[in-house]
Amino acid sequence: MPYDYRLFPFVAPPGLTAPEPRHKVLIIGAGPIGVALALELANHGVASTVLDDNNVVSVGSRAICWSKRALEILDRLGVGERCVEKGVTWKVGRTHHRDAEVFNFDLLPEAGHKMPAFINLQQYYVEEYLVEAAQANPLVDIRFKNKVTDVAQNADCATVSVETPEGSYTLEAEFVVACDGAKSPVRGMMGLDFDGELFEERFLIADIEMQAKTPSERWFWFEPTFHPGQSALLHKQPDNIYRIDLQLGWDTDPDVEKQPENVIPRIEKVVGHSDFRLDWVSVYTFQCRRLRDFVHNRVIFAGDSAHIVSPFGARGGNSGLQDIDALGWRLAAVVDGLSPPALLQDYNAERIFGADENLLNSSRATKFMTPSDGVERLFRDQVLALAAKAPFARSWVNSGRLSVPCIYPNSGADDAGLPHAARPGTVAPDTPVADDWLSKALGGQMVVLALGCDVPEIEGAKVIAPDLNDTLRERYLGEVSNAVYLIRPDQVVAARWLNVDPVAISDTISKIWRHA
Amino acid sequence: MTALIDTPNLADHDGFYAELLGTHKGLSTPQSQALNAQLVMILANHIGDRQVLTEALALARQGLG
Repeated sequence: MPYDYRLFPFVAPPGLTAPEPRHKVLIIGAGPIGVALALELANHGVASTVLDDNNVVSVGSRAICWSKRALEILDRLGVGERCVEKGVTWKVGRTHHRDAEVFNFDLLPEAGHKMPAFINLQQYYVEEYLVEAAQANPLVDIRFKNKVTDVAQNADCATVSVETPEGSYTLEAEFVVACDGAKSPVRGMMGLDFDGELFEERFLIADIEMQAKTPSERWFWFEPTFHPGQSALLHKQPDNIYRIDLQLGWDTDPDVEKQPENVIPRIEKVVGHSDFRLDWVSVYTFQCRRLRDFVHNRVIFAGDSAHIVSPFGARGGNSGLQDIDALGWRLAAVVDGLSPPALLQDYNAERIFGADENLLNSSRATKFMTPSDGVERLFRDQVLALAAKAPFARSWVNSGRLSVPCIYPNSGADDAGLPHAARPGTVAPDTPVADDWLSKALGGQMVVLALGCDVPEIEGAKVIAPDLNDTLRERYLGEVSNAVYLIRPDQVVAARWLNVDPVAISDTISKIWRHA
Repeated sequence: MTALIDTPNLADHDGFYAELLGTHKGLSTPQSQALNAQLVMILANHIGDRQVLTEALALARQGLG
C-alpha cells in the first residue's frame, strides 16, 4: 500500500502584515531533525518556530534504520512507542559473499532495554509523527511554504529573510538552527564548505512493494550471482515495502539508471520474480564530509547540514537525532539566560567528535564495499576469501558498522571498580526500574542516581533512588554495593562515585552548565 | 605447543585494516608486494613459533590450487 502523502496547508505568517517580535530560536527545515529539535526545546519550556520551504514529508523512504538511541530520544519527544509499533524490529544482519553467508551479527543480544536495537521505518512516517506532535504543542510554530532566502547575523541576533506564496518578510532570532539537510541552503548562504571525501561510486536505491515471507533481517551481498561483481542490500520495511540498494559503478549515468525500464530488470534478478510494484527510486553517490565547525555564533548546524556520511551504517538520521540530544538542553539554558553562549561550544566539540567517529566508520565501510584497484581491491577480496576458511576474518568483512552512540571524551570523575559499560561519557544504559524503565525515569533533566545509598537534596538536580534489581546492579554496580551517578539531561553519564560527596556533585553540575 | 588462532583475536581490526591500507598508500605494485613480503617475515619472526607458522602457511594456501 503506497504512502498517502498529504499536503500541509500554508497559513499566512503574522510577519507578512506586521513585524514579529524577536524569536528565541528559529529552526530552518521541518525534516526529522528540525522538528525533533523543536519538540526537545519545548520539553525544556522553550518556544521555537520552524520554517520549511516545502509542505510535505520526505518523498521516498530515505532514512529507514532507527537505532536504539534514536528511539530513546524519539520516546522522550513522545513518538518513540508509535515508531516501534509501526516499524519492523530487527537485530540480525547477514552478510553474503557470492551465494554463501560469511558473517552475521546480532545487535542487541541482551534483554532489559525498553527500545529494540533497530527498527526499520520509512522517514515519511517518522516525520509525520513528529509533525503531528509538534502541531499539537503550543510551544512549536511550524510554517510550511516559508522559504529562507537569506541569513545574516550580528552580535545580538540573526536576521532571516523568508519568501512565502503570499509575499516576503523578515524575522529576527536569538539563535538560528539550520536543519536543512545535506544540500543545506543556509550553508551556502553563509559561504561555508564541507571538508572530506567524495567516493567515486554510485548506488541505486529503490523501494518496492511485494508480498514475501523474508525474515526481518538485514541481508547484504558482496558480488552476488544476481548482480555480478557489485554489492547489494535487501531490507524489510513496514507496509510490505522492501529497500533494495544496488552498487552501479562510477561509469553509469544516474538519469538513465533511474528509469523504470532499467530498474525493474535489475530488481527482478534480486528477488527472482516480477511480482512487485516499484514505489520510489533514487541514485546517490557516497560522501563523507563535515563542516569544520557546527556553531557559527548565532547560527548553528545540526544533522545532515553539518555532516554527511555514506549509508550502510545508519549513521545519518540517527546521528542527527544525537545532535539534537546534545544541543537541545544546552540551547534552552542559553536562551533562558541560565548559561553563557559559550556552553554551545560543548555541543560543537561533542558532536564533531561524534561526527568524526561516524565519518571514520563510514569511510572504512565504503572503502571495503567499493575498493579502488590495487591493494584495496587485493585485501578486500582476500578478506572475503579468508572468511570462508578462517572464523576471525568473518568479522573483518565490512558491510557497514551500524550506529551506536559515541563515548564522549573528557568526562568527569570515575571509579574503575564500576562497570565499564556505564562509564562517564556513555549514554546511561537502560534497565528496568520498578514498573518502568530507567530511560523514561531519567527524562530530560539533570539526575543524581543514588544506588544502594542515600543522597541529600542537591540544587539543580533531581535525586532518583530506585529499588535495586539484578539488571540495575549488573549494569551500574558490578561487584560493589553502592554508587552515585550524575546523569546529564541528554542521559549521558557525567561522573560517578562510590561514595556520596555533595560538594563534588555540585561542582560537576556547575561545570556542565558552565556556571562561573 | 600453541595451535594457530583462527578465531577473533585482534581488537580494533577495522583500525588495523585501515592502517594496513594506509601504509601502502603511494606505493607502486612491486613496492606493495615488497611491503607485504616484508610484513609477513616481520610478523613470522615476532610469532616465533615454527608450528604455528606452518599451520598459517597451510591455511593461506588452502583453496588457492
